[in-house]
Amino acid sequence: MKQLADLAGVFAYISLLTVGGGMAAFPELKQLTVDVHHWVTFTQLMHYYSLGQLAPGPNMMMVASIGAQVAGLPGAAVVLVAFILPTGLLTFAIGRLWNRLAAWPWRPSIQRGLGAVSVGLVLAGAIVLGRGALAEPLSWVLAIGVFALLMRTHINPALPIVASGLIGLGVYFI
Amino acid sequence: MTAPAAEPAPLAATPSLWRLFRGFFVMGATSLGGGVLAYLHTGLVARYRWLDDHTFVELMAISQSLPGLNATNMSILVGDRLRGWPGAVIAALGMCLPGASLMTAAAFVYGVGGDNPVSTAFLHAIAAGAVGLIMVVTVQLGSKVLTEIADYVFVALTAVLVALFHVPVPYALLGVGALAIWWHRPRRKDGAP
Repeated sequence: MKQLADLAGVFAYISLLTVGGGMAAFPELKQLTVDVHHWVTFTQLMHYYSLGQLAPGPNMMMVASIGAQVAGLPGAAVVLVAFILPTGLLTFAIGRLWNRLAAWPWRPSIQRGLGAVSVGLVLAGAIVLGRGALAEPLSWVLAIGVFALLMRTHINPALPIVASGLIGLGVYFI
Repeated sequence: MTAPAAEPAPLAATPSLWRLFRGFFVMGATSLGGGVLAYLHTGLVARYRWLDDHTFVELMAISQSLPGLNATNMSILVGDRLRGWPGAVIAALGMCLPGASLMTAAAFVYGVGGDNPVSTAFLHAIAAGAVGLIMVVTVQLGSKVLTEIADYVFVALTAVLVALFHVPVPYALLGVGALAIWWHRPRRKDGAP
């Protein structure tokens, strides 16, 4: 029970930090799930995160994996509800108030100010992930390759990521 | 405020809760590779015709400026527009269920064979690829919201504080956020930027 309550608390808190995308909360996700609660190792977290990029739907459904690893199906369910409910309620409420907020002079200020900070948070998430994921030369080649490819083309991002995995397998067997 | 002159395709009838769930479940199950908003646009505006383009863009602006996952926020807003709060619950559920089920299953499979060297070779490589993807997302997000040099300073400040000095995200968010909001504060005249 204590563990489920901890999962609920941590993921409800993390959900509030996902401004500009799930990656913005990654540094805090790593801190809490790896360093504080030892639910997963950093390697496992990275693996789940990258598998999550291959799953359909919202890109942070990988939080369910952490819940499942810690406490099975109930863990996955608790984590999902905790992760979705607080921001969901906020969105629901603001969605209904939006027309009134539209004329508020501070609204564009908040949007522009938080916009810049959220890019910084996503970048910080990328750096934290990169510090773990980019170790040997091959991983740098793969990361830069995927980056260059996706900047130039509009192909489905899942394709080069699967291709990276296959290249990794190929190199392992050679 | 002004209605578009061109005659858009008429909207479909308001869907039942079951049709709403089915629609969002299908979109949640087929939106592979991130960029769910593009799939939502195709599905909601073109395929099901539940929303017009104007409403979609308006709801997207709300969902992107609030915490939470864009796709989940968008499902809640669209569900509420179409079917009130039960619609919001149903739409979010349909959107998240496929990915969440898969990732739950992934955890069990991972528990069985995750530290096998072959799967580790695969997983390390997709993690490297994911870094490339997240950098693309950062650049794309940045090109939309960064309009002046000060914005880049806020980005760098946030990233350095969080990634290098391990400042907890909420402090960075509130601290740099307050600074950035103040910088972009409403001004009476269109004077200096």
